[in-house]
Amino acid sequence: MKLIKKEDLPGLYGYLASAGKKIFAPVRKNGMVSFSFTSAFEEIEMSYIQTKLSAKAAAFPKIEKLMKYTIQKEGQSYEPYDVEKFPGIVVWGAHPCDAAAFHPLNAVFTWETHDKYFTRRMENLLIIGLSCTSHDEFCFCTSVGVHPGDTKGSDIQLTPLPGGDYLAEIITTKGEAVAAAVPALFSPAPGLNKEELVTSVEKRFDHEALHAKINGMFDHPVWKEQALRCIGCGACTYVCPICSCFDIQDEGGIFGGLRYRCWDSCGFGHFTIHTSGHNPRESQDTRWRQRLMHKFSYQPQRQEVFGCVGCGRCSRNCPVDMNISEHLTQIMAV
Amino acid sequence: MNKLKEKAKELLSSGAVQVVVGYEEGTGGKIRPAFVSRPEDADKLLYNADCHHNLALYLYKHETKRIGKMAVVAPPFVLRSILILTTEFQLEEDSLVVLGVTPEEELIEFANFKEIETWVNQHPIGMKEKDREMLNRLNAMSRDERWQFWQNEFSKCIKCFACRGTCPMCSCFRCTVDYNAPQWISVGSHQLGNFDWHLMRAMHLAGRCSVCGQCGEACPMDIPVHLLSFQINEDIFKMFGSRAGLTLKKESLLSTWKSNDVENFIR
Ligand code: SF4
Ligand code: SF4
Ligand code: SF4
Ligand code: SF4
Repeated sequence: MKLIKKEDLPGLYGYLASAGKKIFAPVRKNGMVSFSFTSAFEEIEMSYIQTKLSAKAAAFPKIEKLMKYTIQKEGQSYEPYDVEKFPGIVVWGAHPCDAAAFHPLNAVFTWETHDKYFTRRMENLLIIGLSCTSHDEFCFCTSVGVHPGDTKGSDIQLTPLPGGDYLAEIITTKGEAVAAAVPALFSPAPGLNKEELVTSVEKRFDHEALHAKINGMFDHPVWKEQALRCIGCGACTYVCPICSCFDIQDEGGIFGGLRYRCWDSCGFGHFTIHTSGHNPRESQDTRWRQRLMHKFSYQPQRQEVFGCVGCGRCSRNCPVDMNISEHLTQIMAV
Repeated sequence: MNKLKEKAKELLSSGAVQVVVGYEEGTGGKIRPAFVSRPEDADKLLYNADCHHNLALYLYKHETKRIGKMAVVAPPFVLRSILILTTEFQLEEDSLVVLGVTPEEELIEFANFKEIETWVNQHPIGMKEKDREMLNRLNAMSRDERWQFWQNEFSKCIKCFACRGTCPMCSCFRCTVDYNAPQWISVGSHQLGNFDWHLMRAMHLAGRCSVCGQCGEACPMDIPVHLLSFQINEDIFKMFGSRAGLTLKKESLLSTWKSNDVENFIR
């Protein structure tokens, strides 16, 4: 455990920027805090409950260009984007839920096939975590196995001290390499109990018990009841740090164009529509069920990860207040 | 709103309707849509000025229709939306009990849609003060500044389609953005794709917006999308002298030609 003074944070930022890293950090703009690429330390907001969009775009951007293609008389050709040229990204100031979310996200993109775009971005990623000293009614990390002071996923973890300085835990070898490059920024930590510095989030249910229960609930009437107000948009999916569904699109002219991958959502009615016109998820309750079963039944079964870290973004941003922890609590009770 | 609760209970206990679509309190005092099927649950229904969701949205969805006959709690913008949807053949009068609620939080019962038509014409609603101010600000801008304003707003769009999903007038079973043969609108949320999408959406709502503002409320990225429809509504009022949701006459403004229509936009 080390200490980094608040006046030394710009030094850490400066070192990472000078090492060619792009720094993806919470920025407050137009009354909204969102992860954005920054060009100066001053742009960063270190005191926030949760950002609008998660940090997942650092590895799974809204649009990932995959290749350029040309179609000519002589034949077709394509040229994939060179992943070796991807810049190194630092996710700066991610709360423990967001840092933890990269693991289940990674589980999807490395399940059987190792997606080269995603894995390259992950290899190049450095995560500076930020323990939580406050939370709101939408946060429920402790119900899904994450804790407001957890270091899982972070390379370096900062915990704010009341005076404005930070405890710094160096977690991984990537983190050690950074600390070793700028040793002057770190000093020995005062003897403090980190537990007392972080906020305490009430546990509403147990995710293992939820998993055991939800596995058998495919035909339960609760989905129909819960999903009535859901308008079938993509807001919950797009703000979620773990939702990973994507679409692949070709865009261009007659002689060539670009293939890219972009976010998609299981909440949309046409997401599963077949060419025949048949839709296996024809009503909103079957889509809502998919969202929860995927996260709490299928992902744990197949990839041994939970698809939710309890960040609460889906619920904060849902236009009709489909509060996920409230719904999961209800599922535990039925 | 005790009267509303009582009326809902009565409708449900007598079996006159199987579900009442209304408002309830959600997380941290937020208002959200509610579906009440049991008389004993009617006590959670409420109505106040914060009830912004346009519940007309649920009236034609197969998910709600399969429950049975519906009653809907209807502030003025819902009433106007009901008229629009009726003229567009999306709603049938006998499938619905309308529990009107006034800005003074009084309950009005309507015997038929004709009475709604009369009421909404006697009680005009305008846009909220902050929206009016914002539109004035936008109109005072030069074309370039306005273009910049919208480019900046659209750049935040993530194409979650919450604005579409929440609007009763976006009633298409398959939206133009969902077509892929041909692909009319780029799927990706890039500059062109976002612009395509908003242009298409605004034009499809031209003269059909009930001025509820719910699309802007729903947007997680705080994009004031409702102002596009509001401005088009104002333009249409200037050109054709009509506002959406005030008539049961089945003549959609943009698909009805009249010999005295203004044509000064043809240059
Ligand atoms: S499902 Fe909701 S609470 Fe869970 S990780 Fe995703 S956005 Fe956060
Ligand atoms: S739960 Fe909310 S955010 Fe998600 S699809 Fe439904 S209405 Fe949209
Ligand atoms: S366009 Fe927006 S303001 Fe107009 S009816 Fe639809 S949701 Fe309401
Ligand atoms: S709700 Fe907002 S972010 Fe979503 S598609 Fe509409 S304008 Fe874009």
